[in-house]
Formats: sequence, C-alpha cells, structure tokens
Amino acid sequence: MSHPTRKDHAGAKLGMWLFLFTELLLFGGLFLLYGTYLARYPREFAAAGREMHLGFGTANTVILITSSLMAAMAVTAIQRNGRRQVVYLLGGTVLCGAVFLFNKYLEWSAEIGRGIYPGSPRLAAGPPGESVFYSLYYLTVGLHGLHVLIGGTLLTVVAARVGRGTIHAGDFAWLENGALYWHLVDLVWIFIFPLYYLVL
Amino acid sequence: MKPTDQTPPPAASFWNDTGRSGITAWLFSTDHKRIGLLYFFSVFGFFLVGVVLGLLLRIELMAPGRTIMGPQTYNALFTVHGVVMVFLFIIPGFQGSFGNLIMPIQIGARDVAFPRLNLFSWWLYMGGAAIILTSLFTGGGPPDTGWTFYLPFSSRTGTNVSLAVFGVFIVGFSSIATGVNFVTTIHRLRAEGMTWGRLPLFVWSLYATAWVQILATPILGITLVLIIAERLLGTGLFDPSRGGDPLMYQHLFWIYSHPAVYIMILPAMGVISDIIPVFARKPIFGYKMIAFSSLAIAAAGSLVWGHHMFTSGMSDTAILVFSFLTFVVAIPSAIKVFNWVSTLYRGSISLEAPMLFSLSFILLFSIGGLTGLIQGAAATDIHVHDTQFVVGHFHYVIFGGSGFAFFAAMHYWLPKFYGRRYAEKPAIIAWALMFVGFNILYFSMIVLGLEGMPRRYYDYLPEFAPLNLLSTIGSWILAAGLVLLLVNLFRGLRSGERVGSNPWGGATLEWSIPTPPPTENFEEEPVVSHGPYDFRGAGIP
Repeated sequence: MSHPTRKDHAGAKLGMWLFLFTELLLFGGLFLLYGTYLARYPREFAAAGREMHLGFGTANTVILITSSLMAAMAVTAIQRNGRRQVVYLLGGTVLCGAVFLFNKYLEWSAEIGRGIYPGSPRLAAGPPGESVFYSLYYLTVGLHGLHVLIGGTLLTVVAARVGRGTIHAGDFAWLENGALYWHLVDLVWIFIFPLYYLVL
Repeated sequence: MKPTDQTPPPAASFWNDTGRSGITAWLFSTDHKRIGLLYFFSVFGFFLVGVVLGLLLRIELMAPGRTIMGPQTYNALFTVHGVVMVFLFIIPGFQGSFGNLIMPIQIGARDVAFPRLNLFSWWLYMGGAAIILTSLFTGGGPPDTGWTFYLPFSSRTGTNVSLAVFGVFIVGFSSIATGVNFVTTIHRLRAEGMTWGRLPLFVWSLYATAWVQILATPILGITLVLIIAERLLGTGLFDPSRGGDPLMYQHLFWIYSHPAVYIMILPAMGVISDIIPVFARKPIFGYKMIAFSSLAIAAAGSLVWGHHMFTSGMSDTAILVFSFLTFVVAIPSAIKVFNWVSTLYRGSISLEAPMLFSLSFILLFSIGGLTGLIQGAAATDIHVHDTQFVVGHFHYVIFGGSGFAFFAAMHYWLPKFYGRRYAEKPAIIAWALMFVGFNILYFSMIVLGLEGMPRRYYDYLPEFAPLNLLSTIGSWILAAGLVLLLVNLFRGLRSGERVGSNPWGGATLEWSIPTPPPTENFEEEPVVSHGPYDFRGAGIP
C-alpha cells in the first residue's frame, strides 16, 4: 500500500477478542466431553481424580496467576513509559511460563512412570471411565501446555520489540494483545485446575 | 443495459499499480482485490477438481455392478469429492473470493481491517490444501471414510486419514482468520454515512457468516485434533470398548458441520439479494427482514445439528427438540424467498445471465429447502436417511443454491475487475444447459432415494438402473453447460467488450468507482448519502 496504514487500536483489540473466543470454544469441545463423561462415570472420575498430584497443580496455579499479574503490570508500565520495567515484567512472565512447563514435565514423568498414559496397559486393564478421564486430562493439559509455549514465544517477541522501541506508549496494541492472550492461557488453567485436581 | 463508457481503463487500476514485480506482486500482495482473485482462482480450481471426481462417480453409477472402478476406489473418490468440495471450494469460496473483492468497496473502505492477516489466511488455505492433496498420494492412500470422518471407522482404516484431517484443520484456521477479519472490518471501517441500515445485504450476509466461522470452526478444530489423537495415541475417547462413545464424535462434528452449511449458503443469499433489485429495477422488498433473517439463520442454525443423527440412537427427547429447531430455521429462510419474490413483483425485469442464475437459485434452493424439511421431520427422516435422497437434497441446496449463486456472482462482479465482459447469448445457453442438466442429475437422486437406494455404495439393484442412467446423462449436460460458461466468461474477461463503471445500473458503492477499481478503491473517502438499493438516490435512471 502506498498510503501509510492508519493504526486502529480499538480494531486490533476487537480482532484479538474475537480470536480469544475461538480459543475458548476450542477448549470448550474438551470441556463438553468432560461434562458428558463425568455424568456417565462419576465414580471412576472421582477415583482417578484423587490420584492427581495436588501439589503440582496448586504450585502451577500460583505460578500462572503471578505471571498474569506481571503481564497486566507490563501493560500499565508501558503507558507510563517504563520501557525497562516492561521488559523485566515480560521476562518474569515468560520465566513463570517456563517453570510451569517444567513442573508439568515432572508431573507427567511421574504419572507415565506409574503407567498412566493414553493406551497404557494399566489403563486398559482398569475400569473404562478411568481411561477416559486420563485421556481427556492428557489432551486438555497438553493443548493448554502448547498454548503456554505459544504465549511465551509471543511475549518474548513483544519484549524484544519493546526493547527496540517499536512498541511504545503511543502504540502498544501488540503488547496489550499479547497480554490478553496470556490471560486466556491463565483463564483456561483456572478451569482445568478445579475440574481435574479439586472437585473430584 | 449496454455499457455506456467506452474509454480504456485508467492506468491507476489495481492491476498495474504495485511495489513488487512479477508473480510475487500477487502472492505477497495485501490488497484485498488481489487476494480476492487469488482466492477466486484457487477455490474455483478445486471446484473443477471436485467436478471431475463427481463425474467419475456418476460414470461408475451409470450401470449396476463394476463400471469403471471397484468399491475401495469408489469410497476414496466420494470422500475426496466431499472433502474438496466442502472444505476447499464452498466454505472458503464466497468469503475468500467475492467477500474479499467486494465487501471492502461496498462499505467504502480502502481494504480490510487486517490486510496481512488476510494474505496469511490465503496462505493457510493453500497450505492446508497442499497437505490434503499430499494425503491422497502418500501413506495408505486417499481416505475412504466419507467427508464426515466418522469414528470409530476413521480410527481403524489403514488409509491416510491423519494427514488429510490435519490439512482440514489448517484450512479451518484460515476460515477463522477470515471471520475475525471480516467482523472487525465491518465494525470499524464503514465509511461516513454507511450506517448499519445502509449496508448492502451481501455485506450483512458476510457479517452473519463471519460470526458462524468464528463460533463454529474451533469445534471442528478440536474434533479433528481428537481424530488424530485417537489414531496416533489411542486415547479411546470414542471407542466403546474403553468407555468412549462414538455418538459424542457425531455431536462434536455436527456442532460445526451443520452451521458450516450456513457458511456455504448465507453469502449466496447475500449475492441474490444484491442482484435481484438491480435486474428488477426496483428497491429490495423488506430490507430489514432480509438482514435480520441472515442473523436469525446464523443463530438458529447453530442449534439444529442433531437432525443429522435421528437414526443414531440418540434419545427421543433430543430428536423432538432438534426436529422442532430445524423447522424454526425454515422460517427465516422462507422470509428471504418471499422477499425476493416480492421484489420481483411489478419490477421491470431484465433476464440477463446473472439474473437467470439468481432466479434459478430461488427455485432450486426452495426445492432443496423443502426436501430438507422431509428430513427435518423425524418420522419421514427414518425412511430417507442415508439414501440418495440426502445426496439429492444436499446438492439442491449447495450446488443449486450456493453454486448457482457463485456463477451469478461471477457474471455480475468479475467484469468490474477485468473491465471487460462476457457475451450474453452463450452465457444464457450455458445457463440453460446447466439448469436442465442439474435437475435431471439431482432430481433422479431424490426419486431414487425415496425408492430406497442407499448412498455411498458403488453397486445397486437392477430396478434402480434406468434412473441412475438418466442421472448420469444429466451430469454430462451439466458439465457441457459448465464448459461453455467457463469458455465464454474467461474469453470475455480477456478480450470481450469493455465495460464502464456501472454496466448493470447498480446503486451499491462498487459501481460508483472506476472500472477496474484503483488500488485504494476510492480517490477520496466516500460519504454515503443513500441506501444500497435506492436507485433514484444514486442518480440511476
């Protein structure tokens, strides 16, 4: 285009919100299956849910909420021209994401060590509802982990651009949308945590 | 309606104004008109692939027993025909091609809200299409599950389902990107004076469609991921022996795929609503109700997916509810049909090619809609479920409806972008051939289905032979019409008569700018002072 594109901050945010709806619906399919199968196998779900590592789950919840706080603070900081602060806060957010994934790695290793993974002989021998529970758990948490990875990459790019000054107080749609995406990642976990670790 | 303006196209048209050179000026262009043409030629290319596959299927069914292929090839061909036509032609078709070409101009914008996302969505589409095509020639060969990929069969077949499903997943992303882009564009980029009540009905229909794309496509995405997980990890979520339920797959699949039918038909209805007033020389009748019914179809149509599953063993309560909701969707659809007919009443109708395709749309879509109600009623559905009746019904709606509207749009809008037009007489002969061939082809299927011939079998009982032969002959007449249409249209666009800025006498904004449109569409930002069908306000005699 020969004309410079005019920035439309509100338009960019509207587009991001629409995209976030689609992400919610993507996870919505898995939550729908969870609801249906919970109604069918309440006892097996409860038994399987008690075997989850509450410690890992709780630690990861705290880590993600903290990271989301830092992402929100970064959005405020950039409006006050605190470029260095923004980079540090985003760095903290991404670091939290990495710790979250490392915890997930430890947790999954422990579970796989006990013979719990989709299609494992142990689950094949157990009651049918149990294998459904763990399959859903691995898929939902795996898809969520993928989103943590994407969100972390996105925020790293944003942090680099803040450092270079291409994202600044006058035009921070990228930062705000990146933070929105990170909040979505957080929000989905806020549903996963009680459904798989707490209520059963 | 003779073209009045014989001057050559201005040098500043979007064809020659570009920063890049050669092929990259197209492949990496963020101009909505260039992306629209990229989309148009890609989707239309896949349409022609689908047509050839469909013709082969009809040749196989010409006579009982093996004609040109065995059962496995037949299964693969109808699967690929479905996947190509649904996911690569008609779902991205209108939004990608005419949506991109026309919508920004109709709302008085220079481009869509996110031009780079727009280009990215075309690349995603092409990437997904390439993956789907690769799946046909690698691994265990082309998928043989039908385009619905029903589990548990799709997790057990040795054919290359995973790769094909992954390709469809990528195409889904492209669809979401377009949906997000269009909703944002229509909210943010309308020109001054372009109020919601002055939006052309084509834009209204794209708006409703974009919402369906945003809200339904993610469900398809997760469903496809689950098929791949079922095949690669053995999750067993739909495997009864491990506690899963195949019905849940059908629910998830149709939660997307029924609304997807409205992604296919709503923009077609928008095209018809734009064409009919121009060729009837009368403002559209019931503008508000047509706009509203697009939204109503999008909303109610999202709640009717269960009518694909009446014979699956779902509860009777669910069947009753889904059956009722299906009848509810018929109301806004009928509102549109009645409004189009009322627009024609006492109009000064001129029967040129776009109008003939639009009028046949009304007839064919009505036949498709009414046969749909036969399946929407649970009792009659039991009789026709999984028969050729369903195939006939679906093609009446999607080919007779959306397909004919696509041809109408090609004749109506492509001259605007090429600056030249097709010859009228061959276009009308092509239309007549297609209309006759179409009805012979698909009405035979409706009758065959009522007589009890099942779908998706390469063989059948001898008593079905005469109608099957007739149906195949119809497919040849249809194909002959299509070839004539293509030759005439594209020869016309290359070297036909030049057209001026407003060859049809339309009142929407795209007819107020030069032909072909300049790169930035409008010399200066337009201020809209009249409605889209206010011919007098637009100064058209």
